Amino acid sequence: VKPEDLLYADTHEWAFVDEQGGEKVVTVGISKFAVEQLTDLVYIELPAVATQVQAGQEFGEVESVKAVSPLYSPVDGEVVEVNEALKDALEGLSDDSYAGGWMIKVRLSDEASLGRLLDHAAYEKQCADAS
Amino acid sequence: MGVDQLKTPLHQNHTDRNARMVDFAGWSMPVQYEGIVAEHLATRSGVTLFDVSHMGRLSFSGSKAATFLDRISTRSVTTIPAGRIRYSLICREDGGILDDVLIYRMASESGESQYSMVVNASNRLKIVDWLGQQPDACSLMDLTCETAMIAVQGPAALGVVARWLGWEPAEMPYYSGKNVHHTCGPITVSRTGYTGEDGVELIVQAGQASTVWETLMELGGEQQIRPAGLGARDTLRLEAAMPLYGHELGESIHAAQTGLDFAIQCKDRDFIGKQAILNAREKGGLPVRVGLELDGKRPAREGAEIYLENNKVGEVTSGTFSPTFSKPIAMAYVEGSAASLGTSLEVDIRGSRHAAVVVQLPFYQRT
Repeated sequence: VKPEDLLYADTHEWAFVDEQGGEKVVTVGISKFAVEQLTDLVYIELPAVATQVQAGQEFGEVESVKAVSPLYSPVDGEVVEVNEALKDALEGLSDDSYAGGWMIKVRLSDEASLGRLLDHAAYEKQCADAS
Repeated sequence: MGVDQLKTPLHQNHTDRNARMVDFAGWSMPVQYEGIVAEHLATRSGVTLFDVSHMGRLSFSGSKAATFLDRISTRSVTTIPAGRIRYSLICREDGGILDDVLIYRMASESGESQYSMVVNASNRLKIVDWLGQQPDACSLMDLTCETAMIAVQGPAALGVVARWLGWEPAEMPYYSGKNVHHTCGPITVSRTGYTGEDGVELIVQAGQASTVWETLMELGGEQQIRPAGLGARDTLRLEAAMPLYGHELGESIHAAQTGLDFAIQCKDRDFIGKQAILNAREKGGLPVRVGLELDGKRPAREGAEIYLENNKVGEVTSGTFSPTFSKPIAMAYVEGSAASLGTSLEVDIRGSRHAAVVVQLPFYQRT
């Protein structure tokens, strides 16, 4: 998965959409830009499998030495898989934010939520404007 | 960013080094450069530079300065020997804390004593105003904007500063200070800091600050000197269990509960708040400042509630993930029944309970 092929929420989560047995499953993580902004991550709280998530609503939180930051779901759906291994590998997140750094997989319930996400170019522009 | 935001004379030095700037008490200040943990560990093992120019620097003159300051300070000022510095609280009559400050008594070249005070940035205007309202107020000058203050901290700090001064600050006792002439102009050198490490704080003329900062960066090259921001300053002071105004100290927090008894001298002197402190000690039952270590990796933050067997016994005032010990630590005020070392408590972090234990303060003490 290349960052160029992902969709992004303006709150810095990425979404990778995959077809599995006729259903769309969306893998969710946070961008390298976000990880670099947060720095010194020490803790992550992720939801349990079967949790319902909604686009723009919190699904967990990530905590640095300095502060807690909410994680927002980019899409509507149900959590079908959680990356439990990430809890003990947070220090590696900045080097691996788009592969090993995935956080949850969500079975998409509403296609329309994808339409509100940014493509890579638009997201890059948002980051450049912010810094 | 507000248009009225204050900038220290070192602002450009910070932005040139890609510091992340944040608002702190109305000042644009660097919170971090490369990262809080890296800057924290560099202070514990080597040497770092902090811009602390936002702290308020007040100077007092007149023959009544010492007796005036003595009356508003929880700690005796008239007995400070020339060249020494003391940490003190300033209280209201009811014992609420207006600020925690350093009071300097410098011997000037004319032999006359000169008193100055470093106050918290967030309290500077309040304190200047409050001091001015006192009936016996002496003349006061606020030198904050015409000077800059640089803290050089860490086990390698004194060596770096010695090269800049041309003499050894190690000859100065801890918590002492001197006004001296340097090629950059008049400066104050003090052996003080807020990190739990040895070090020096320098007060220089605003126009010289940028050059002084860059010169220190050069002189510390071999020691891998680096700038550190307010983020590391906070984790360092927390490990050293130094209170921070707005967290462990405030107007609604009684001086008698802070555990800062070394800074409260009631015998044979009078000061604003003394009677309230004596009354509170007599009455007892005030919360106690304690240190907590938490299980797991999740830090408890300010305001997190603390429970002993399902009874709420207190709240966290400061909490972080300790870079030195790689675990969450916190300071808190708890009821006396929950304050003994080794007491097992629970902290509510946004709805889930985490085990914590009361430990000895400070968490970190340099050897």
